[in-house]
Amino acid sequence: MMSELTDLGVKAIRDGVASGDFSAREVAEAFNANVAAAGALNAFIVATPEKALAAADAVDEARSAGKQLGPMAGVPIGMKDLFCTDGVQTTAASHILEGFVPRYESTVSANLWKAGAGMLGKLNLDQFAMGSSNETSYFGNVVSPWRTAGGGNAAMSPGGSSGGSSAAVSARLCPAATGTDTGGSIRQPAAFAGITGVKPTYGRCSRWGVVAFASSLDQAGPMARNVEDCAIMLEAMAGFDPKDATSLDMPVPNWAEMLDADLTGKRVGIPREYRMDGMDAEILDNWERGKTMLRDAGAEIVDISLPHTKYALPAYYIIAPAEASSNLARYDGVRFGLREMPSDKDGERAGLQDMYAATRSEGFGDEVKRRILIGTYVLSAGFYDAYYNQAQKVRALVAQDFEKAWGSCDVILAPTTPTASFPLGSLDDDPLTMYLNDVFAVPASLAGLPAMSVPAGMNSQGLPLGLQLVAKPFDEQGLMNAGLAIEQRAGFTARPDRWW
Amino acid sequence: MTNDVVTSTYRLQGATGEWEVVIGLEVHAQVTSAAKLFSSAATEFGAEPNTQVSLIDAAMPGMLPVPNRECIRQAVRTGMAIEAQINKYSRFDRKNYFYADLPQGYQISQLYHPIVGEGQILLEADEKAGIPEDKIIGIERIHVEQDAGKLMHDQHPTMSYVDLNRCGVALMEIVSKADMRSPAEAGAYIRKLRSILRYVGSCDGNMEQGSMRADVNVSVRKPGDPLGTRTETKNVNSVRFVMAVIEGEARRQIDLIEDGGTVVQETRLYDPDRNETRSMRSKEDAHDYRYFPDPDLLPLELDEAFLEDCRASLPELPDAKRARYTGELGLTDYNASVLTAEVETFARFETLLAETAKRLGKSEAEVATQVANWTLSVAPGVIKSLGEEAKLEHNTASAQAAILEMQAAGEVSGGQAKEIYEIVLRTGGDPAEVADAEGLKQQSDTGAIEAEIDAVLAANQDKVEQYRGGKDKLFGFFVGQVMKATGGKANPQVVNELLKAKLG
Repeated sequence: MMSELTDLGVKAIRDGVASGDFSAREVAEAFNANVAAAGALNAFIVATPEKALAAADAVDEARSAGKQLGPMAGVPIGMKDLFCTDGVQTTAASHILEGFVPRYESTVSANLWKAGAGMLGKLNLDQFAMGSSNETSYFGNVVSPWRTAGGGNAAMSPGGSSGGSSAAVSARLCPAATGTDTGGSIRQPAAFAGITGVKPTYGRCSRWGVVAFASSLDQAGPMARNVEDCAIMLEAMAGFDPKDATSLDMPVPNWAEMLDADLTGKRVGIPREYRMDGMDAEILDNWERGKTMLRDAGAEIVDISLPHTKYALPAYYIIAPAEASSNLARYDGVRFGLREMPSDKDGERAGLQDMYAATRSEGFGDEVKRRILIGTYVLSAGFYDAYYNQAQKVRALVAQDFEKAWGSCDVILAPTTPTASFPLGSLDDDPLTMYLNDVFAVPASLAGLPAMSVPAGMNSQGLPLGLQLVAKPFDEQGLMNAGLAIEQRAGFTARPDRWW
Repeated sequence: MTNDVVTSTYRLQGATGEWEVVIGLEVHAQVTSAAKLFSSAATEFGAEPNTQVSLIDAAMPGMLPVPNRECIRQAVRTGMAIEAQINKYSRFDRKNYFYADLPQGYQISQLYHPIVGEGQILLEADEKAGIPEDKIIGIERIHVEQDAGKLMHDQHPTMSYVDLNRCGVALMEIVSKADMRSPAEAGAYIRKLRSILRYVGSCDGNMEQGSMRADVNVSVRKPGDPLGTRTETKNVNSVRFVMAVIEGEARRQIDLIEDGGTVVQETRLYDPDRNETRSMRSKEDAHDYRYFPDPDLLPLELDEAFLEDCRASLPELPDAKRARYTGELGLTDYNASVLTAEVETFARFETLLAETAKRLGKSEAEVATQVANWTLSVAPGVIKSLGEEAKLEHNTASAQAAILEMQAAGEVSGGQAKEIYEIVLRTGGDPAEVADAEGLKQQSDTGAIEAEIDAVLAANQDKVEQYRGGKDKLFGFFVGQVMKATGGKANPQVVNELLKAKLG
């Protein structure tokens, strides 16, 4: 019984609890057990089984009292450790925030708890969400539950930065998890782990209480094993928040209820610039299969051009680090988190500057430092126009490309990533190739558009491949409808064999 | 960018000739609002350290700024009050630097697109204050920004303490053009600006509490030469200090140049105890603030309705009020200037003016001079002489108007009015009752006064003869004698008239 419960998704659990097929406590216990047994994946920084049980008990009580249950009632989830959680350590996978326990709850997590969800724990990630392989975490990398076919035993990357989320959902440690996406951090790990992940329109989910990476790009979203579960969870997460000045003041539609895989009359754009030299043939094949599936769902496939695509990644790697270099200035050892006070040297008393230097040297990992340095450089006097301003212009052009494309299509289909998952450590010395992981994801981030990754097939090594969809601003419905059409036709049922 | 239409004649004498001083001021004015610029924490002055700090002010992880509409409104109203261009589109930028009083590691300010553009402030001529003619000082811009917290270095032998109460409080930075040419002009500019801010209600103007502080930019040049290199002296917090900084800094620069040196563009600090400035940092080691648009905030776009609301809420401003006082109310320039300088003064005056006019059934213009004299000299004199005995809660407009009414009706003399006012301030008694009870009433009964006059004239026959022989000056003597005989209670006007008739 228990092992079956953990195969269930958000909707199945919610409906099962509501109809009394099983209790929320049984569900929570089953997932707690899976979490406890999956230490080898290192998906969680902190497990909170008691939180999951408390939330479950509250749901069970509410049900027996005949009360109305929330849309996520009885569903235990994983919370990316970028969301501040009241009374539970929040680290952004960094040493500098190790031991930091907020006395406040992020809007998104609070919305989820209000909807009846419970928390299984705080999920590992790339440090401050900076990374595409989950190797920059201070708490050790997450290991993907997937291994290559034919007895491969190399530890594979779950993707990043939401790698704890992708690993935990695909390994059945939780039915769903929160992610955040700045330049692909939901979509790329979802693709690597064979699950579904949705980055909504910028502003749909409040950023209040989410540790900031790059404010103009950061956006929370759901990661689950199917489109409908993502839709249910996104509805619970999203909504206007007066505490976030960039929050969208728009009603949240009933996406789940309105899901419809019939794409008759819809046009799907295929951006020619996403077909790049030397691309993995299996990625291209997967893309072709995607076209076929959407055509089968009634859509018309049209070629489109997004001419500034090749400038998107370089622009992203100026804008995101620029914002990060400023956003991360608050980690200074003065008010919270790590403080390193060097001892006095040669009779000179160590001062404030020494404390800053020691705290930040000790508290940030290499990748975070690299991005702070890049960001500081591109904003500095004499370089601002050449880098930051230029990148902002590119950003406007990339957004304009999409604007124009919507004249001839309703949704865009592309690969999520240029490759499937890779072995951990294989890109240690090659940050540029690592950054290239997000080459297809970044344009939609720059334009603030809703985008998602859906599992669509497996490569010859037995690793999952995702397809990315991008839609018009605020059209999460059209986005997820197309995702559902792929999901129904791809018949993706593969799951990692349990080795942990 | 300077306004040389009216040039000051202020010159400093150096060894090589005369020097002109060029001054620009950046005034930081704390916006009057219950909450901070981007958080709901309170802004009250003098609270216990760290009791007015929100999660946002402390820059806790994941916290986000949300603009406080009231602060924006105050900045716009201020801009309107100095006839400035209001920018419907403005934006917040981050000014990045590390310091322990700056939790975010950046100050949210407006570098590229300030909310208020060019405006101006009129300095009215005041010969005594060193302003020979009216002069217009240009305003470059006003932008809004966050204040920083405060470090306390005297709480621990080796550590500094941080108080974040002030952190995030809204400031307006009001940047003048380099239009001032003397310490007097700079002093007048700050006083005028302060007056406008207080009229508008956008800043309490309290310089001692740091609600207004100025960065003073000074350079010197030989008249007619191009601008010299300027220095900026930070955070000067009184008009007197601003003037002292300008004098001292101009003198220092002149001496330096005349000794063959060059002025370095640098930031300086003023030490009021020693009345001198010293270098804080030079341009070479100036911070690189890495300004960029704050990505947590959308551009600020103001609509016409908002602007209209701001405009409609503006009170009558100092220049307009002064013009009305001299023009419509017929007050002297001096009285009009003094009455309009401070919000409290004109408020007291206008309330009393309305009340008095109503009681006397006259127009405000008819009683304005009497009320102005009372407000500016009589009432303050009495209050001052009473010292702590004066209970200001008794100092109501209706009591004062009642006294002025009795005086205007000739029931009480000027001296009696003062005495009644004294008693009213001490006891809170009703002025009419006080006048009755204390016998503080003028005698206007012609019969009684005539009798006294007859007695005085009878006793001074010789003087009467002299007067009638042409010694007009003796009239005053007779008046004095009659007043003395009536114990000062006779209405002097009645005495005058009767005496004149009797002396023929």
